[in-house]
Amino acid sequence: MRELVIIGGGAAGLSAAVSAYDSGIRDILIVERAPELGGILNQCIHNGFGLHTFNEELTGPEYAGRFITEVLERKIEYRLNAMVIDVQPHLVTYVSSEGIVTEETKAIILAMGCRERPRGALNTPGYRPAGIFSAGTAQRLMNIEGYKVGSRVVILGSGDIGLIMARRLTLEGAKVLAVAEIMPYSGGLKRNIVQCLDDYSIPLYLSHTVTEIRGKRRVEGVTIAKVDERRRPIPGTEMDFDCDTLLLSVGLLPENELSLKAGAALSPVTGGPVVDDTLSTDIDGVFAAGNVLHVHDLVDYVSEEAAIAGRNAASYILSGSHSEDKVKVIPGNGVRYTVPQYIKRNAGSVTIRFRVSDVFSNATIAVREGENVLKRIKKRVLAPGEMEKVALPGPQYNEEIGIEVEV
Amino acid sequence: MKRELTCISCPLGCQISVEMEDGNIISVTGNTCPRGERYARQEVLDPRRTVTSTVETEDSIHRRLPVKTVPEIPKDSIFPVMNEIRKQCVTPPVSIGDVIVHDIAGTGSDLVATGNLTE
Ligand SMILES: Cc1cc2nc3c(=O)[nH]c(=O)nc-3n(C[C@H](O)[C@H](O)[C@H](O)COP(=O)(O)OP(=O)(O)OC[C@H]3O[C@@H](n4cnc5c(N)ncnc54)[C@H](O)[C@@H]3O)c2cc1C
Ligand code: SF4
Repeated sequence: MRELVIIGGGAAGLSAAVSAYDSGIRDILIVERAPELGGILNQCIHNGFGLHTFNEELTGPEYAGRFITEVLERKIEYRLNAMVIDVQPHLVTYVSSEGIVTEETKAIILAMGCRERPRGALNTPGYRPAGIFSAGTAQRLMNIEGYKVGSRVVILGSGDIGLIMARRLTLEGAKVLAVAEIMPYSGGLKRNIVQCLDDYSIPLYLSHTVTEIRGKRRVEGVTIAKVDERRRPIPGTEMDFDCDTLLLSVGLLPENELSLKAGAALSPVTGGPVVDDTLSTDIDGVFAAGNVLHVHDLVDYVSEEAAIAGRNAASYILSGSHSEDKVKVIPGNGVRYTVPQYIKRNAGSVTIRFRVSDVFSNATIAVREGENVLKRIKKRVLAPGEMEKVALPGPQYNEEIGIEVEV
Repeated sequence: MKRELTCISCPLGCQISVEMEDGNIISVTGNTCPRGERYARQEVLDPRRTVTSTVETEDSIHRRLPVKTVPEIPKDSIFPVMNEIRKQCVTPPVSIGDVIVHDIAGTGSDLVATGNLTE
């Protein structure tokens, strides 16, 4: 029997492997369906990765390269072109050129990342012509496959991937006509608004959405319109753009088909498994980290979180214990979700990550245990796009932990 | 002359106004902390950016090699640098950190590989 199987060789899988190894586990296997380790980082050729971890600005492939080197130095085993098709407690089944293999293992770390929301989920009227891409697909086509995606482009959604692609397309000679965002604020980082849009005078239309796509075989144009508070288009505010390409940057969803097969409980808010402070799911010996758990915008936090999962999987393998004695973490006013959702009563110090549900300025984050205030942190600004965290010292948690925003 | 900037040094994103006269800074206002002033001065007097892109490859399983400029180039050299990047074609082996073009487009910066290229 193996000690640890890690599903996915992206930022999360690599970091989890290194930390499990450094915690004393030797018999580790990373299973990756792509022909390379590194995950989504391989297509993120822009810089801005690793400021927190390495104190320098790396590109995605460079950041992945650092962790791949760590994995190779430790001689951690990995299988490429191997796709996991089933997970059961202590069993992982994958398909590769050797056929179907089932590994029996003491622990499993889920690190499958996320995928983009498909357009089907968006009710944009019109035909379904060629020239409509999700932003991440366009990123892969340009940066890995080397294709030209389009010449005149409109982008729906102002998440970071959309902003990064606006600059990337402009540098490659395309004209980005507009970025439309249905919310009254951008979901992307300020830095990306400035360096990807403002630098190239690309207009950002907040509270706008695409109302029509024209063209039968290839996109010929799109119409965008302003929306009211209930996100309904306002007649008379339409603007037409002649373009051959529409990019959709409308959010990411954790990739959890396998977690479901394993029987793990998923959170309806994060789309990822419900976990405790050790990042253990509710299935014995199955841990999760990275975008499969909740969508991260900073890879540094993915690496940090995955290192925690690796360490805890190691101590689970070595001691075999699994405590059921937990308290709940409750997202209160202004908090959309927390990870973890449970804390062991004897957990010691714990970091809770969360996202707020709206933009707040000069607000206070209050953390309570029952009625008791554990912490109050003043924040000049809180935004849904920036993941927040609070550290709790422990050592003991006796009542429910509540986190809320006070304005 | 007045320049309006958004500070990107922290998530607060202060709107900063820089008053200029004959290429000199007269005043910086709107920043909440000293980092904002530093950012605004640099951005007005000598704005610089890292350009990241990819170059064509030959004889490799990878179709593109990712690259970046080191150190940052002046902002107004971005498109001249892109024109040079478009002319490049590389063959394996290339390792992260290898210089692809010295002193690209006369900026004094190098174009450096950010990925590995194997056959
Ligand atoms: C399109 C896109 C662009 C992004 N751009 C940025 C950015 O610019 N900056 C930033 O900081 N963050 C960005 N992110 C967030 C980024 O995903 C994280 O920062 C981090 O790299 C995620 O790491 P991960 O290991 O959780 O996921 P991934 O890197 O996605 O790794 C998951 C890995 O699991 C593998 N896998 C999945 N299912 C299976 C299976 N069944 N069997 C075997 N292997 C499997 C996948 O092939 C993949 O290699 C982006 C995300 C996406 C989706
Ligand atoms: S001026 Fe200071 S507080 Fe304001 S955005 Fe810049 S760094 Fe942040």
